[in-house]
Amino acid sequence: MGSITLNKVSKSFGEAKVIPSIDLEIQDGEFVVFVGPSGCGKSTLLRLIAGLEDVSGGSILIDGQDVTGKAPAQRRLAMVFQSYALYPHMSVRKNIAFPLKMAKMDKAAIDQKVADAAGILNLTDYLERRPSQLSGGQRQRVAIGRAIVREPTAFLFDEPLSNLDASLRGTMRLEISQLHNQLKTTMVYVTHDQVEAMTMADKIVVLNRGNIEQVGSPLDLYSSPRNLFVAGFIGSPKMNLIEGEYARSKNAKTVGIRPEHLVLSHESGLWTGKVTVAEHLGSDTFLHVEVEGIGQINARADGEFGARHGDQIFLTPTETKLHRFDDKGLAI
Amino acid sequence: MARAVTNRHKVIATIAAWLIAFVIFFPILYTLLTSIKTESEAIAGFSLIPSGTFENYITVQTRNGYFKPFMNSVVLSVGSTILALIIAVPAAWAMAFSPTKWTKEILMWMLSTKMMPAVAVLVPIYLLFRDFGLLDTRIGLMVMLTLINLPIVVWMLYTYFREIPGEILEAARMDGAGLWQEIVYVLTPMALPGIASTFLLNIILAWNESFWTIRLTAVDAAPLTAFIASFSSPQGLFWAKLSAASTMAIAPILILGWFSQKQLVRGLTFGAVK
Repeated sequence: MGSITLNKVSKSFGEAKVIPSIDLEIQDGEFVVFVGPSGCGKSTLLRLIAGLEDVSGGSILIDGQDVTGKAPAQRRLAMVFQSYALYPHMSVRKNIAFPLKMAKMDKAAIDQKVADAAGILNLTDYLERRPSQLSGGQRQRVAIGRAIVREPTAFLFDEPLSNLDASLRGTMRLEISQLHNQLKTTMVYVTHDQVEAMTMADKIVVLNRGNIEQVGSPLDLYSSPRNLFVAGFIGSPKMNLIEGEYARSKNAKTVGIRPEHLVLSHESGLWTGKVTVAEHLGSDTFLHVEVEGIGQINARADGEFGARHGDQIFLTPTETKLHRFDDKGLAI
Repeated sequence: MARAVTNRHKVIATIAAWLIAFVIFFPILYTLLTSIKTESEAIAGFSLIPSGTFENYITVQTRNGYFKPFMNSVVLSVGSTILALIIAVPAAWAMAFSPTKWTKEILMWMLSTKMMPAVAVLVPIYLLFRDFGLLDTRIGLMVMLTLINLPIVVWMLYTYFREIPGEILEAARMDGAGLWQEIVYVLTPMALPGIASTFLLNIILAWNESFWTIRLTAVDAAPLTAFIASFSSPQGLFWAKLSAASTMAIAPILILGWFSQKQLVRGLTFGAVK
C-alpha cells in the first residue's frame, strides 16, 4: 500500500511563502508527476513528502497514518536524487545494500536482494565498482537500485533524468515506466520537462508559484486545460494563444489552438500568413507563420508539407479543437 | 624559439626555487651542523665544517634525559588532537549542515581568539592552573593545547564538511540512517582525508607549541619544547648542546611531516584548489 494524502500543506522559508496551501490525493500504485517551471515549488513539495523539509502547516498522511512529524527514515519512502547522491566511498554492491544494512537485515537476505535488484537493472557486472567508475546512466540505475531493494511504500524521484543526455534520458524514461509496471508501487516524480510528464504519468499535477493549477491524466490536461497557464505549459510545441478581434468573435478573451490542430494548405484557408521559419524534422514540419491580423502562429504539418522561409500559406483552425478562456484566464 | 624561452624560464625558476628552499632550510641545517661541533667550535664563529662529534647528543641524553620529554610530547600532541577532534567533528558537522544565521559569526569569533596575544591571559590561566592543581600535569596541558588549537580544527573540518554534497546525507537519511549512523557510515568515511590532514596538522601545532608548554610545566609534564629551553641556563648558553637538543626535538615531527606531506598539502589547499 502506498497512498499519500496532503492536507492543507504549506511551507515558508523565512518570509518567503513557497507553498501557500496544497491539498492532494495520491492513490496507491499511481505514477504521479509534479510538473511546473523552475521555482514553482515542485521539489519543495516532494521534499516535504520525503520529510527532508518540515511543513510550516497542514499534515501529510501515508496510508492513512499521519507522518507529519516523523523523520524521513520512518516514512518508508525511497528517493532518487537528481545528482544520484551515491555514496562515493562504497562499491555499487554496498550502495545498494546500504538501506538494508540500516534496516539490520541479515547478510544472506541482503545479498539475495542486491543480486535481484542488480539483475533487474543490468548492474550485475558492475557490483564491485565504485560510483566514480560508472557512466551517468549506470549511476542513475544504482540510485534506483538502492531505492527498490527496501521495498518502500512509494518512490520519490527528484528530476532524476536531468543530468543525462537526451538519448539516455529517453531510454531511462522507458526503464522507469517499465519498473513502475513491474513493481506497481506508488511513484511521485518531479520534473520540469513536460515530455517526461506526458509520457510517464498516470496523473499530472501542474504547479505554478506553489499552487496546483490542475490535476489530471496527461490527455485530460492536453484536451481540456483548466486555464491559460496549463494550456501554455502542456503540449509541445506550445499552444497558440490569440487575443483581439478573433477571440472576441468567439466570445472569449483568449482563444487557444494547438499547432497540430491547424489545417495547412498552399491554396486556400481562413488565415493567410507568411512562413518566417520552417523546421523540417522529417516526421513533422514545424512552421512559424506570421498571420495577417493575428500575429505569430506556430503550426505543425506532416513531414512532406513543403514550405520555406517567405512562402505564403493558408491556415484553418479546427473549430472543435478551439480552447476559449475568459478574462481571468479560466477555460470557458 | 618559444620552446627555448620556456626552457630557460624553467631553469631560472628551478634555481630560484632551490635557492629559496635552501634559505628557508638553512637554519635547520645549521642547527644540525652545530649539534655535531664541540662547544668551543660552536662559539668560535660561523663555520660550516663541524668536527663531527656526537658527544653533545650523549651528554644531552645522560644529563637531562630525552625519553621523558619525548614521551610527554607524544602524549600531549596526540592526546590533545584526539580530544580536539572529538569536540570539533560534531561542532563542524552542525555548522556545516544546519547553519543558523549566527554560524559565520561564531566561526569568526572562534578564529578571533587566535588573534589575541597569549600573554594577555597568562596570569589568569596560571592562577586557574595553580588553584585546580593542574600545573605541571599532562592532563592540564592537554586541555590547554586542545583549547588553543580547537578554532583551527573546527575551521578546517568545517571547510571539509562543506565540500560534501548535502544530497548524499539526505540520501542516507532516506535510506533509514539515524544521526549516528549518518556520521559513522557516510560523513566520516567521506571526510576521512580531511580529518586525517587536520589530525596531522594539529599534531604538528601541538608538538611545536612552546608558550604554554614552557610556562605551565616544570619537570613531570615538560615536553621537548621545555627540554630545549632548559639548555639556556643562568650559567650561560651551550650552543652545541642546545642544537643537539633542538635536533632531537624536531626530528620526530620532521619525519612525520616528511611521510605525510602529500596529505598535508592536500589538506591545506582543500577547497581553495579544485
